[in-house]
Amino acid sequence: MAKYLLLKHYRGAPAPVNDVPTDQWTPEELSAHVRYMQDFAARLEGTGEFVDTQALTPEGTFVRYDGEGRPPVTDGPFAETKDLIAGWMVIDVETYERALELAGELSAAPGAGGRPVQEWLEVRPFLAAPSTITE
Amino acid sequence: MVDEALLRTLTPAVLGTLVRRGADFASAEDAVQDALVEAVRVWPDDPPRDPQGWLVTVAWRKFLDAARADTSRRHREVRVEAEPLPGPGEAVDDTLHLYFLCAHPSLTPASAVALTLRAVGGLTTKQIAQAYLVPEATMAQRISRAKRTVSGVRFTQPGDVATVLRVLYLVFNEGYSGDVDLAGEAIRLTRQLAVKTHHEEVAGLLALMLLHHARRPARTGPDGRLVPLAEQDRSLWNTRLIAEGVDVLQAALTRDRLGEFQAQAAIAALHADAQTAEETDWVQIVEWYDELVRLTGSPVARLNRAVAVGEADGPRAGLAALAGLDPALPRHAAVAAYLHERDGDPVTAARLYAEAARSAPSLPERDHLTRQAARLNTQLRSRAAGGRHSPTR
Repeated sequence: MAKYLLLKHYRGAPAPVNDVPTDQWTPEELSAHVRYMQDFAARLEGTGEFVDTQALTPEGTFVRYDGEGRPPVTDGPFAETKDLIAGWMVIDVETYERALELAGELSAAPGAGGRPVQEWLEVRPFLAAPSTITE
Repeated sequence: MVDEALLRTLTPAVLGTLVRRGADFASAEDAVQDALVEAVRVWPDDPPRDPQGWLVTVAWRKFLDAARADTSRRHREVRVEAEPLPGPGEAVDDTLHLYFLCAHPSLTPASAVALTLRAVGGLTTKQIAQAYLVPEATMAQRISRAKRTVSGVRFTQPGDVATVLRVLYLVFNEGYSGDVDLAGEAIRLTRQLAVKTHHEEVAGLLALMLLHHARRPARTGPDGRLVPLAEQDRSLWNTRLIAEGVDVLQAALTRDRLGEFQAQAAIAALHADAQTAEETDWVQIVEWYDELVRLTGSPVARLNRAVAVGEADGPRAGLAALAGLDPALPRHAAVAAYLHERDGDPVTAARLYAEAARSAPSLPERDHLTRQAARLNTQLRSRAAGGRHSPTR
């Protein structure tokens, strides 16, 4: 088994096929979308493949160390940041092909007009634990 | 006090007996758990003469009680009770039966691993979930799906032991170091299997595990970094495990039915035999890799063979052995980097180490490879700086 991150972007991914901002959807379309995501997670728990899912606020703060005895420096949020992560799902699956298959299904969540959003999700493999036998 | 290690050893046989008598997997497991609770309560005052027989009797009674309580199951219960209990002289030992069932080819590798640890190993679902870093609910589902998958399987003859060995190998070789010692558990289960089967490859795998486990204290530094074989403090190797591994392997090899695990164990034994890295018998190791390649045709074996050839016949020979292999193989760049450095080409080696780090499958490996690249680049920089300054010195 290997773990993969299915990453959803606010910015930084190519535009979805059904590219209507969520605030232009009907409430029913939003509910259907949320339900799809919940059902998807529940189904993966049932298949023993679900690990975690989280969503993030659109805005964050950059922080860095600023020397001994000084408070950390903060900056941002930056409107020009190209890559902005919206949330993720972590799955634990048998093969890379299975990870792609599931990402494809997640991207089929319904959006405006009840049609799939077809948003681009980024699939990123986790680094695993080192194996014991290598030679 | 009840000996919990003894209980854990007896559990798979008891579970296997119930399953063979016709109990479905999940109910059988519940019944065995109930019987274990009862054993812990009763045994201190009234120790049984035959602990396993006691557990089978009590677990079977618990199973029948539960089946009776569940009226919707009345038909099945009647059928189960009416069936004659198989007597002695079974073709397959009950514990062995459970190993085969949990490694059944209809299961995916991860499901087989989880079910084996649960049913044969007696670990809790929570422990297994922690060992593989998934939520307990996910692992519970993975295990119950696996149970459903094999619930209809009945063995009329012993299964293929190779399927069980693949599962045990995975338990030993993959997973995270948490509270559960998966490597130790894999060894316990393989040792138990070896007693039951007298199969050369079971012995081969057991020897392989023991020989690798013996090096565990030397394999990581105090800061968690990987220490490569050549740099390990060999005084930290567990000589008792090495001696046992060598004995098990030698006994298997005398039966003259070589398999891949015996060949791998032979390579590990040759490493274990060397007091220092310099004393390693690389010529013999190459011969064993030749056997391994012949047995498996595995590209990974060929890759490791190239390293051994590099040590036995020099880095040029190693690079020649590497030449025919697919550069997309995992660890190909790392092997190439190592051989190029030995061949006196630190520039190529540093580049390849950095490339290998980018495709490393684990964090400790990536750190190790990055450190190798950094070491070479630092040497190259100071050599360049030395070169610039030398005329003025």
